[in-house]
Amino acid sequence: MREISIGAQFENGGEVGVFAKLMHSYCLVALGGSANFYSTFESELGDVIPIVHITIGGTRIVGRLTAGNRYGLLVPASTTDQELQHIRNALPDSVAIQRVEQRLSVFGNVIACNDYVALVHPDTDHETEIIADVLKVQVFRQTVADNVLVGSYCVITNQGNLVQPKTSFQAQDELSSLFQVPLVAGSVNRGSDVLGAGLVANDWCAFTGYETTATEISVIEATFKLEGQEPTAIVQEMRDALIDNMA
Amino acid sequence: MEFIASPAVQRVLCADCGTPIEPNSANLCLQCLRNSVDITEGIPKQATVNFCRNCDRFLSPPATWTIAQPESRELLAICLKKLKGLSKVRLIDAGFIWTEPHSKRIRVKLTIQKEVFTSTILQQIFEVEYVVVHGQCPDCTKLAAKNTWKAMVQVRQKVNHKRTFLYLEQLILKHGADKDTVSIKEAKDGIDFFYAQRSHAIKMVEFLTAVVPVRCKASEQLLSKDTHSNTANYKFTYSVELTPVCKDDLVCIPQKLARQLSSISQLTLCTRVGNSIHLMDPNTLQVSDMTSQVYWRTPFESLANVSDLVEFIVLDIEPSGPTRGKFVLADAQVAPNHALHSQTHQNHNHSRTNGGVSMDVDVNMDDVSGARDAIYHTRTHLGGVLQPGDSVLGYFLTRANFNNDAFEGLDPARVPDVVLVRKTYPNRRKKTRARNWKLRSMAKEAADVESGAGASGTGTGTGTGRGALGRRGGLDQARVEADYELFLRDLEEDPELRMNVNLYKAAGSAKPRGGKGKAAYAMDVEPQPEQQPVSVQPGHAEMEDGEEADDEVDFPEIKLDELLDDFDGLAIKDGEEQDEDEEL
Repeated sequence: MREISIGAQFENGGEVGVFAKLMHSYCLVALGGSANFYSTFESELGDVIPIVHITIGGTRIVGRLTAGNRYGLLVPASTTDQELQHIRNALPDSVAIQRVEQRLSVFGNVIACNDYVALVHPDTDHETEIIADVLKVQVFRQTVADNVLVGSYCVITNQGNLVQPKTSFQAQDELSSLFQVPLVAGSVNRGSDVLGAGLVANDWCAFTGYETTATEISVIEATFKLEGQEPTAIVQEMRDALIDNMA
Repeated sequence: MEFIASPAVQRVLCADCGTPIEPNSANLCLQCLRNSVDITEGIPKQATVNFCRNCDRFLSPPATWTIAQPESRELLAICLKKLKGLSKVRLIDAGFIWTEPHSKRIRVKLTIQKEVFTSTILQQIFEVEYVVVHGQCPDCTKLAAKNTWKAMVQVRQKVNHKRTFLYLEQLILKHGADKDTVSIKEAKDGIDFFYAQRSHAIKMVEFLTAVVPVRCKASEQLLSKDTHSNTANYKFTYSVELTPVCKDDLVCIPQKLARQLSSISQLTLCTRVGNSIHLMDPNTLQVSDMTSQVYWRTPFESLANVSDLVEFIVLDIEPSGPTRGKFVLADAQVAPNHALHSQTHQNHNHSRTNGGVSMDVDVNMDDVSGARDAIYHTRTHLGGVLQPGDSVLGYFLTRANFNNDAFEGLDPARVPDVVLVRKTYPNRRKKTRARNWKLRSMAKEAADVESGAGASGTGTGTGTGRGALGRRGGLDQARVEADYELFLRDLEEDPELRMNVNLYKAAGSAKPRGGKGKAAYAMDVEPQPEQQPVSVQPGHAEMEDGEEADDEVDFPEIKLDELLDDFDGLAIKDGEEQDEDEEL
């Protein structure tokens, strides 16, 4: 398992999260566009997880239109049958794919989730059940620093949660108690607070926009416990050793 | 005592340097933001301001020159105008930083704001240094290079008096035709008007053609030429010649011309000069109107002019019937007014030795010719205004000697002895009374006034040319003064003439005129030539005797409602104060 974070550039912009979706066991990228962008993903993930080139309803903004985790993937109603079939064929069988009819159809923006918990846009109505069923998560209607587009302003993995800088302490406490993971406020792409657009991450890897500074990358790595910065692992080892000694 | 935690503020790391900061919209600390974006970019840090050292004015772009004190609002406005990129930012504050005035540097501290990222406004204070470049503004250049006129109008009238030009000056003033005139210069027999543009000169020429009978000739001088751009630079000169025939002149027109003008008599009086010349035969009241084109086809001189007028006493007058307008034909018996003269002048000569020369000539002439008690019969057009006992001015043809071909061609038997021209008011004139009106005059050139004062040295007449005229001092000035007085009298006596002139209320009209009145002044200046109008003399002589005569009843007074308020009076008060005596 490698833990890295890499800068990527899509057609001169740092919005990797718009054109790609990174999950624990698969990676969705857009069809078309520069090969340079895809080659970054290919070189890092090519022999580990499948990289699927897809379009959603003919558009390339697959990262913003879809939401998913280890268990499932939500695609909007605009997805054609052919596209759905292609995704089904490419993705591992363990991943349930569901096309959802919903007014707030830009799932990447309105849903932020890891394998256990999902935050959704407060206006999302009865589809929360579908989300809970497909993704096998607990669903909370929540905002991030008064922004309803939770998917845009926070990025969650099972390791950590990066929220936008303006989130107050109170809101941070609230969110971390929901997620049960450490929570850090940070930015991407040199000060941009639209995290969902500038960053894709899973439990062992993250890609950020090309303009992201070293400071921001270090924050991201610390948050998502990449690059071996895993104090808990050491603590775990020490605890194990202690328990052995005591036993 | 309880510990109260300060409200917790969440912090993020600055994206560039990693310092914990309060999150802002750029998520950069101020230092990094400053380093990465320069909002003063595009605003020059150094600029120049142009300053004219002659008139102490700054160039306010694009083309105006304004007076601005150091560190004044005006100067700041000029400085800020010089900064090109300032429109793209928000200017919060601007102020001067003190510099030595002779350093030719102006430093301005500016505070500007600009939106750098979405909803991130950065404020910055910076300094701009201006170099004051000394130069010359176009106005001063024009002043310094005296030769900047582009077109000139030369107005000429070949007569030995200036009354036409005095009248023309008033016409120009009334119509504001001198608006674009760059400068006015007096020349021999006329005036030169200078203009910065050709069109202005053409306008002036058009104006002159409209008001007086003139002949105009245009000429141009090539100054420079560019064969590449096919442009040439010219100076234009318009020579405008006025007819030498003036109002009240006696003219003898050539026979051929007289036949063309509905067979008018050859010997006529010029009653009016407007756009055309109005001729009238005093024997028949026949009137003819001669346009300037007709005149210039066969130009002729006037036989005798106003300076040749002689004063007569009307002994008897009898209207003979025909009238034309204000003219009433009448048979008159007149006697020259010399008899009375010579006696009074004998006394006069005793008391004043210096004034006697011209008088003696008169007396002697009277004695020799025996014309002392001669009575002349003549026909006149003044039947409507003359009464027995009135004084009247006329041409004394019997005593005159003309050198004129047309006149010599006339049958001597048909030439009248006397041609009466207009009524005169010697008794009224002798009174030293102030006029309750005055005329405006064209702007005087400062330099010319100074030189005029130096040359004249008459004490009273420091630079008191009549507008553009008579500023050369000496004899010329005295002549102009005399002409001016005659012109004022003409205005008083001729309502028709008055119509074309703006008369203004005199400021101190109640003020007595004192010894410096026009008539007295005219007498005092001795180099007065013999053409000194006789009308001035007799009245003055009589006054010396202290003789009280009755005022003429029909003396033409200018009504107060004809006068305009003198708006200029406020502005020119101080400058005009010493001139007022003459002005009145």
